[in-house]
Amino acid sequence: MPKDHGIGASPKRREDVRFLTGNGQYTDDINIHGQSHVHFLRSDVAHGTIRSIDTSAAEAMPGVIRIFTSADFEGVGGVPCGWQVTDRFGEPMQEPKHPILAEGKVRYVGEIIVAVVAETLEQARDAAEAVVVDIDELPAVIDMKAALEDGATKVHDDLPGNLCFDWGFVEENRDAVDAAIKGAAHVTTLELRNNRLIANPMEPRVAIGDYNASNEEHTLYTTSQNPHVIRLLMGAFVLGIPEHKLRVVAPDVGGGFGTKIFHYAEEAFCTFAAKAVNRPVKWTSTRAEAFISDAHGRDHVTRIELALDKDGKFLAVRTDTYANMGAYLSTFAPSVPTWLHGTLMAGNYTTPLVYVNVKAVFTNTVPVDAYRGAGRPEATFQLERVIDKAARELGIDPIELRRRNFIKPDQFPYATPVALEYDTGNYDATMDKLVEIADIRGFGKRKAESAERGKLRGLGINCYIEACGIAPSNLVGQLGARAGLYESATVRVNATGSISVFTGSHSHGQGHETTFPQVVAEMLGIDESQVDIVHGDTSKIPMGMGTYGSRSIAVGGSAMVRATEKIIAKAKKIAAHLMEAGEEDVEFADGTFTVAGTDKSVAWGDVTLAAYVPHNYPLEDLEPGLEETAFYDPANFTYPAGAYACEVEVDPETGKVDVMSMTAVDDFGNVINPMIVDGQVHGGLAQGIGQALLEACVYDDDGQLLSGSYMDYAMPRADDLPSFTVDHSCQTPCTHNPLGVKGCGEAGAIGSPPSLVNAVVDALSEAGVTHIDMPLSPSRVWSAIQAAR
Amino acid sequence: MDLKGSRTIAADRMTVWRALNDAEILKAAIPGCKEMTGNADDGFEATVTQKIGPVKATFKGVVTLSDVIEGESYRISGEGKGGPAGYARGGANVRLDETDGVTTLSYEVDAKVGGKLASLGARLIDGVAKKLADQFFENFQNAVAPRSDDEAPDDDDTGREPEKKKGLIKKMFS
Repeated sequence: MPKDHGIGASPKRREDVRFLTGNGQYTDDINIHGQSHVHFLRSDVAHGTIRSIDTSAAEAMPGVIRIFTSADFEGVGGVPCGWQVTDRFGEPMQEPKHPILAEGKVRYVGEIIVAVVAETLEQARDAAEAVVVDIDELPAVIDMKAALEDGATKVHDDLPGNLCFDWGFVEENRDAVDAAIKGAAHVTTLELRNNRLIANPMEPRVAIGDYNASNEEHTLYTTSQNPHVIRLLMGAFVLGIPEHKLRVVAPDVGGGFGTKIFHYAEEAFCTFAAKAVNRPVKWTSTRAEAFISDAHGRDHVTRIELALDKDGKFLAVRTDTYANMGAYLSTFAPSVPTWLHGTLMAGNYTTPLVYVNVKAVFTNTVPVDAYRGAGRPEATFQLERVIDKAARELGIDPIELRRRNFIKPDQFPYATPVALEYDTGNYDATMDKLVEIADIRGFGKRKAESAERGKLRGLGINCYIEACGIAPSNLVGQLGARAGLYESATVRVNATGSISVFTGSHSHGQGHETTFPQVVAEMLGIDESQVDIVHGDTSKIPMGMGTYGSRSIAVGGSAMVRATEKIIAKAKKIAAHLMEAGEEDVEFADGTFTVAGTDKSVAWGDVTLAAYVPHNYPLEDLEPGLEETAFYDPANFTYPAGAYACEVEVDPETGKVDVMSMTAVDDFGNVINPMIVDGQVHGGLAQGIGQALLEACVYDDDGQLLSGSYMDYAMPRADDLPSFTVDHSCQTPCTHNPLGVKGCGEAGAIGSPPSLVNAVVDALSEAGVTHIDMPLSPSRVWSAIQAAR
Repeated sequence: MDLKGSRTIAADRMTVWRALNDAEILKAAIPGCKEMTGNADDGFEATVTQKIGPVKATFKGVVTLSDVIEGESYRISGEGKGGPAGYARGGANVRLDETDGVTTLSYEVDAKVGGKLASLGARLIDGVAKKLADQFFENFQNAVAPRSDDEAPDDDDTGREPEKKKGLIKKMFS
């Protein structure tokens, strides 16, 4: 019978009460007395030299407080990059300055040139129209391969070219991989594009800067997934404000999907300007601004080769990828196509040799950075598409081909040729479950039924593995991270026994306010309603590296467990004193302390009260109070893995694809709240289907964003999606964190695009189609059918 | 986008040529032109209001004549900035050929948009540009050599509201 409380139960999301009743407190809900408003004048050309900026007419307009250009930011740092990749020759990546406001040149449509601060937003906008910016337009660099050709226009004049880095992994294996591919019985090659996406969280970005001149304290309210990271980057690298004078608050945040990890120029501007004008300064992005200023995602072009022996065993994988960085390096951009991508190219398989080459390229487009999955969806898509193609070429069932190459349960811990050590997993078990619940054996009958209606039905399956629970600090430090990736938690037990948990894991849709109390309540044997979560404010939380990479329960949750363990240890000492017993004889279960073998007991509330009213208390040995902090640094990544199946119907007359079913079998290790995990997977599947079927960020040759609104950028809607079948009963608990959890936030977005594309290619295989690039819009599918005829 | 076309005008070539260099006539012909000043040698300054898809904007910019072969051909080009709407720019290569006192005006138009106009209106721009080009040359034709009623097009889509709507080169090719 399912549990009704604690770990494994599915209480409803307590945060939804305020979200669904309009009582959420988002950044834009915050208005500070005396606040001013900023409007950013952004470049409408992709590349050009700024000849002059004339703000004189605008300055005379009503309500204008001050107009800023890059000249006001002399001595201020640029927006920093948080990860330095070393190229395959041992040299650091090319790292251009990323100014707050454009300096001398503009490099993408949407780059901020001028900021107008005025009494009202309308006045700021009106004044911005009176600013005259004279730009000498230069040719734009949009296509990545063209950007690397000799003589290509340079995005950054002070760099040698448009190549950010040429990364090889594992470089020492390069020759061995080449040799293995040359000698293989069969080599399958596939060229594909992982389409560029715009995250489009429901809440656009907002920033409010506030400054208190009397104590020189800055406050930034911002839509961030990680306020401490923003404090660190902005305080240390941009504005030079020490931590104790800079508070960053990220209140309720309406979705992030990666795009709210990064430190943005608008945040630094509002913080800087609040002091400069001695007024709070507020910016709220419009949706149109979000399209041209939020970091974009994906945008990889890849050629992948898979070498197999005569029995279908994988011998080697070689890839050649171009990764778009956009015009500047966003916070974690260099890590996405490298360490979050190359390390996953072994997949769930025993492939002994892997070589990944990635050329990261500057173009005159919005910076590109992590988007749900970040590197791992790109790796999974290439690998699972080429395996499917190989299966078709060799006439082997795609499930059977994968099974022949799975890492087997008795091989864990398994060291891959691409640096990771998978601690645990059972890929046959998830595949068995998939075959069962997706009714793979019944596909032929469904295909025949579809055919009767004139539809082509296809079945696509794929596996995935991801490295989550990011990440061991010493390891990522070696790989170029400019931060540690631990997490912290403070568990504050109040006198009456209720608890506030201060966690560095920010919650913006993940349901932490529900799941984290489930863990603490389970450990203490008290009711979940006695536990609340506090997050999102650097003045309250000791430290936090934030929420991304499916790390919250695995890393933040583990820190909370460690702090709670300290609470239990101290509470036992207090209980021993109250019961006049030896500490070693005290047992704690279901919220009651007992002395083993006696009928002596004290309740949780008796102990917590004694801690704060220490009249009968071992003051000579023990401090009063009951509050503990722990920092947790993971020993390894976690490795969620699974098997997905998708069935589609294609209308051969129109090319329209209907997703008939999507089945996700995930091994997330232990699960805290199965209902919330279902919801996380559902959301990921919707975004994965969006990428595979609908979403495309399109630039023209001049660098104009053509998909700049919902008229042209197609987001998935309910009627694009089937009713999902989701299972996470196959559980191989993580071996190195105290909860045995792996994380579930990104899996759906990683696992679903390849199964959908595999399904469409399956449906069209008899017509001779072997690949279609995402998104599989009707026109592309129809064209592929015609071309294959 | 690029488009081509031609018009026959019942006037000799030099009459048409002079009109092509006349600010008043250009102003009358350019759809949405509010103001136009200047001359053929130094260039014109124009203010044009246009709506492209969901974006309505007033563009201010310059119109210049280049590659001028007196009486025969030139390139008229313009660039207009529309504030928050972005920019539009473009031009037309215009050539005149006279046969029996009737002049054939041939044109090739190219246009580009940027900023919000591109992100919101790019899908619409080809249609809009074609319409504006048609309007311009229709207006121009009428300004130089008004046709009799029986020659008038069925669709009176000239964009020529009395007095106001002088369409400008601006819009479309700029």
